[in-house]
Amino acid sequence: MALEKPYSDIPGTVIFDADQARRGYHLNQFCMSLMKAENRTRFKGNERAYLDEWPMSEEQKQAVLARDFNRMIALGGNIYFLAKIFSTDGKSFQYTAAAMTGMTQEAYALMMLQGGRSPDGNRRVGETPAGKASDKEGK
Amino acid sequence: MARITAGVATSHVPAIGAALDNGRSGEPYWRPLFAGYEFSKQWIARRKPDVVVLIYNDHASAFSLDIVPTFAIGCAPSFQPADEGWGPRPVPPVEGHPELASHIAQSVIQQDFDLTIINRMDVDHGLTVPLSLLFGQPERWPVRVIPLAVNVVLFPPPSGRRCFELGKALRNAVESFDTDLDVQVWGTGGMSHQLQGPRAGLINKEWDNRWLDRLIDDPGEVARIPHVEYLREAGSEGVELVMWLIMRGALQSKVRTIHRFYHVPASNTAVGHVILENAT
Repeated sequence: MALEKPYSDIPGTVIFDADQARRGYHLNQFCMSLMKAENRTRFKGNERAYLDEWPMSEEQKQAVLARDFNRMIALGGNIYFLAKIFSTDGKSFQYTAAAMTGMTQEAYALMMLQGGRSPDGNRRVGETPAGKASDKEGK
Repeated sequence: MARITAGVATSHVPAIGAALDNGRSGEPYWRPLFAGYEFSKQWIARRKPDVVVLIYNDHASAFSLDIVPTFAIGCAPSFQPADEGWGPRPVPPVEGHPELASHIAQSVIQQDFDLTIINRMDVDHGLTVPLSLLFGQPERWPVRVIPLAVNVVLFPPPSGRRCFELGKALRNAVESFDTDLDVQVWGTGGMSHQLQGPRAGLINKEWDNRWLDRLIDDPGEVARIPHVEYLREAGSEGVELVMWLIMRGALQSKVRTIHRFYHVPASNTAVGHVILENAT
């Protein structure tokens, strides 16, 4: 019997669960390797060659080369591991978060200063922005 | 005998550590945040414990995906600040308390919580940012620290109920240690935040504050909140809040709120902070 995943209808959100962790194991372990300075240097010297040392899928490698973080997450990446990539690039969490939302960093930073993204309209796929549905599942 | 005298909870946002380490805590962006900890620094100077059991999560620093322990206790004499990809934070090494940590491990496992024992581990911002918030920038941390790492990165983390019950087992363990020690339990992480995907930046001030009210007055009820509510209401990384329930479980059912603070934003995150003491 399939496991219940009551979080699968949260918009714009991939939960890093056991299935995702299995898909993303080598992608995330590649990220961990970037915690060593000598590996960062080798990666930056020839990204493609460095990625080819890892048994990752071609799709995962392309997502890394394109710095498409939403794609990396869909393919099993976890943001705390992927942080090693944008840290290697000298980018911040806020820069990357803005990129994932499709906003400029300035617009994203302003949204945060104004109290962040509202949960209204962001709880469920298809929810209307005025929605005030309470959370009943999972009890 | 050892005793638990207070509980502290605080968010552990890495940007807070970076602001302190780079001398930016006086900037207009950061000043309101650090102001919320001024009382706490005075309080802990008066009520300084011998040992802090510090509940936190590792952020792909000490634990890769090779080994993912749900609950892990640090039993080493010391722990170095981790290099998280931009060099270790310029903070002192963390001194542990191997005797109490080993005692807790044995006692808690015998109460059916199967802790993983860690004898070598670096500690990341999840552990060192709370120390900086309460103690500032000393040459040496003024307390010993027992790290208790909880997996909240790979879903599912332990349930809120399991964390709350672990807190109670932790209290039994501390109270059966035969040396006179003043022990605090700190819970860290949260509050609402999401760092990934198109929904990044989610903040839910109303939910956070209602959760805090209930954590203080009705923790048994908060312990029953399912993970999906955290994910939906407080963001995918807001589920870190289950760690605060370990702190709460270690205290008595009636507590006094010594201090409470809430601030948005610290980078991508809502910051919450409470200090609780047992009412009797």
